[in-house]
Amino acid sequence: MAASAHTIAAPARAKTAAGSATLRRKQGFQHGGWFVAPFLLLFALFVIWPLLRGVYLSFTDANITGEGASFVGLDNYREALNDPLVWDSLGHSAYFTLLVVPCITVLAFLLAMLAHHIERGKWLWRLCFFAPFLLPSTVAANLWQWLFNPGTGMINHVFGTETPWLTDKSYAMLAIVITTLWWTVGFSFLLYLAALQGIPGHLYEAAKLDGANAWHRMVHITLPMLRSITGLVIALQVLASLQIFDQAVVMTDFLPGPEGSTRTFVQYTLEEGFTSYRVGYASAISVIFFVIIAAVAFARMWLLRNREETAR
Amino acid sequence: MTTKAWTPSQILLTLLGTAVSILFLAPFAWGLFTSLKSETEAVEVPPHWLPEDWTGQAWKALFESGNITNWFVNSLVVSVCVTSVVLLVSALAGYGFARTEFRGKSVLMGVVMAGLMISPAVLGVPLFTTVQQMGMVDTYWGMILPQCAPAAMVYILYKFFQGIPRELEEAAFIDGAGRWRVFFTIVLPLSRPSLAAVGIFTFIASWNNFLWPYMVTNNPDLMTMPNGIATVMNSYGIQWAQLMAGGLMAGLPLIIVFVFFQRQIVAGVAHTGLAGQ
Repeated sequence: MAASAHTIAAPARAKTAAGSATLRRKQGFQHGGWFVAPFLLLFALFVIWPLLRGVYLSFTDANITGEGASFVGLDNYREALNDPLVWDSLGHSAYFTLLVVPCITVLAFLLAMLAHHIERGKWLWRLCFFAPFLLPSTVAANLWQWLFNPGTGMINHVFGTETPWLTDKSYAMLAIVITTLWWTVGFSFLLYLAALQGIPGHLYEAAKLDGANAWHRMVHITLPMLRSITGLVIALQVLASLQIFDQAVVMTDFLPGPEGSTRTFVQYTLEEGFTSYRVGYASAISVIFFVIIAAVAFARMWLLRNREETAR
Repeated sequence: MTTKAWTPSQILLTLLGTAVSILFLAPFAWGLFTSLKSETEAVEVPPHWLPEDWTGQAWKALFESGNITNWFVNSLVVSVCVTSVVLLVSALAGYGFARTEFRGKSVLMGVVMAGLMISPAVLGVPLFTTVQQMGMVDTYWGMILPQCAPAAMVYILYKFFQGIPRELEEAAFIDGAGRWRVFFTIVLPLSRPSLAAVGIFTFIASWNNFLWPYMVTNNPDLMTMPNGIATVMNSYGIQWAQLMAGGLMAGLPLIIVFVFFQRQIVAGVAHTGLAGQ
C-alpha cells in the first residue's frame, strides 16, 4: 500500500513541491481500515452477531441447549404481546425510569452547584458525592437492603416509622429508587461539575458589571450554558434506567419482589431464558425491548435535530 | 490555602455541604460499623450505630471462609484485561473513524453508533447462547471479551480526535512520518487525559459489573467480587456483618483510586468532550 502511494508521489514531486505535499498529506489520512478492524471484530462477535442471533432465535422455540429448535414464526411475539408479565415488567422499568431520571438530574445539578461554589476543600465534596458510584451495584443494594430492613435497619429507626419497605408492593420500588439515587447521582454530578468549570468566568464578570444578581446570572448564564450537558445527562440516565436490573434483584433476594412489583424487564427476560429455559421466547422479548430502547434513542436524536434547526 | 475568606455565604454553603456529605456518607458508616459488630449484635432490634463490642470477627471469618481472595484476584484480572483491551481497540477505532478514510466508513460508523443502545442487559440471552457456542461459559475469556466492545468509548475518543488540529498531523506527514507513527507519537500523547478518563470509567464499570459475570459464571472459584458477594454470600443465609465487610472490601479499591486521581478524573470528564458536547 505504502509503496504504491510512493510511486504516485514521485512524479508529483518532480512537478511542484506544493503538489507533493498535498498528496502526502492525503496519503496520511487514507486507508484507515486497519485502525478500526480490531474493534469491529469484537463488535461483530459480541454485539452484532448476538443481535442477529437473537432476532433469529425469537422466531424459534429454542431452549437453553439450542438443540432441536424449530421455527415457530411469530408465535413468540404473539404470546409476548398477550403476556401480562411482559407489560407488568415493562411498566415497572418505565415507572422506575420516570422516578429516577428527573430526580437524578435535579439532584446532580444542585450538588454540582454546591461543590462548584464552595471555595474550600473541593476534593472532599467531590469525593463525598461521587464515592457511592464507586461501589458495585450489588454492594450498594445490600447496604440499602440492610438500611431498609424494617426491624434491624437504620431508616425506620431514624425516622421513627415502621414502613415495611421491601416487603410491601407500594414501597418496594420506591426503596430501589432511593438506593439508585444515592448510588448513581455521583456520575451525573461529575458531568455537571465539569460543565460548570467549563463556563468562561468573564461571562459572569460582565453580567456583574451590568448589575445582574446571583439569580439572574444563574437563569441567564448558567442554565443556558448547561443545556447540552443536561440533554446528555437525561439521555444517559433514561437508557441506563430502562435497563435496571442489579439493584432490583439484589434488594429483593433475587426474587421478583412483593407481588412481583419489582420485576423489571431485564429480570423477566432472564427468568424466561435461564429459569424457564425458553430461549426463543426470551429472545423475542429482548427484541421487543431493543426496539423500545432504539425508539427512545431515535426520539431523542429527532428532538435534538429539530431544536438545532429552529436555533439556526 | 489560607487566603480564601470566610464570607457569610461561604460559611453557609460549607455548612450545607457538610450536612449533605454526612447524608451521603452515613450508609458507608453504617456498613463499616455493622461489619465491626458480632453477627448477633448486628441483628439487634432496635439498631444502633456504634458497636457495643468492637470485634474483627466478621472480617476474620470473611478471609477464613476462603473465596474472597479468589474473587478479588478474578476481579482484578478481568478489569485489568478489559481496560487494556478497550483502551487499545477504542483508541485505534476512534482515530480510524475520526481521521482516516476507507470504504464504507460512514455505514460502519452508523452501525457502531447504533451499538450505543445495545448492552448485555438488552441482549443478555442471545449473547449468552453465543458465548456458550464459543465454549467460553465459565472461563475468563467469556467474562472479558464481551465487555471489550463498548461503542460509547469509541464515540468519546472519536469526538476527541476530531478536535485535534489536523495541521499537527499534516506537518508530521510532510516530514515523512507514517500514519502509525503519527498516531503513536503525536496523537496518543495528546490524548492522555481522554484516555485516562476512558480507562478509569471502563475500569470502574468492569470492576463493578454484576449482570454479565452473573450470567456467564456458575463456578464460585471464577466469580468476581460483586458477583460472589451477591450470590454466594447471600445463599448461605445472610450474615450481615460479614456481608458488610465483604462489600467494603469490594468497594474500597476504587474509592482509594479515586482519592488519588480525582483531579485527573474530573479533568478527564471535561476533556472527553462528554461535558462539552
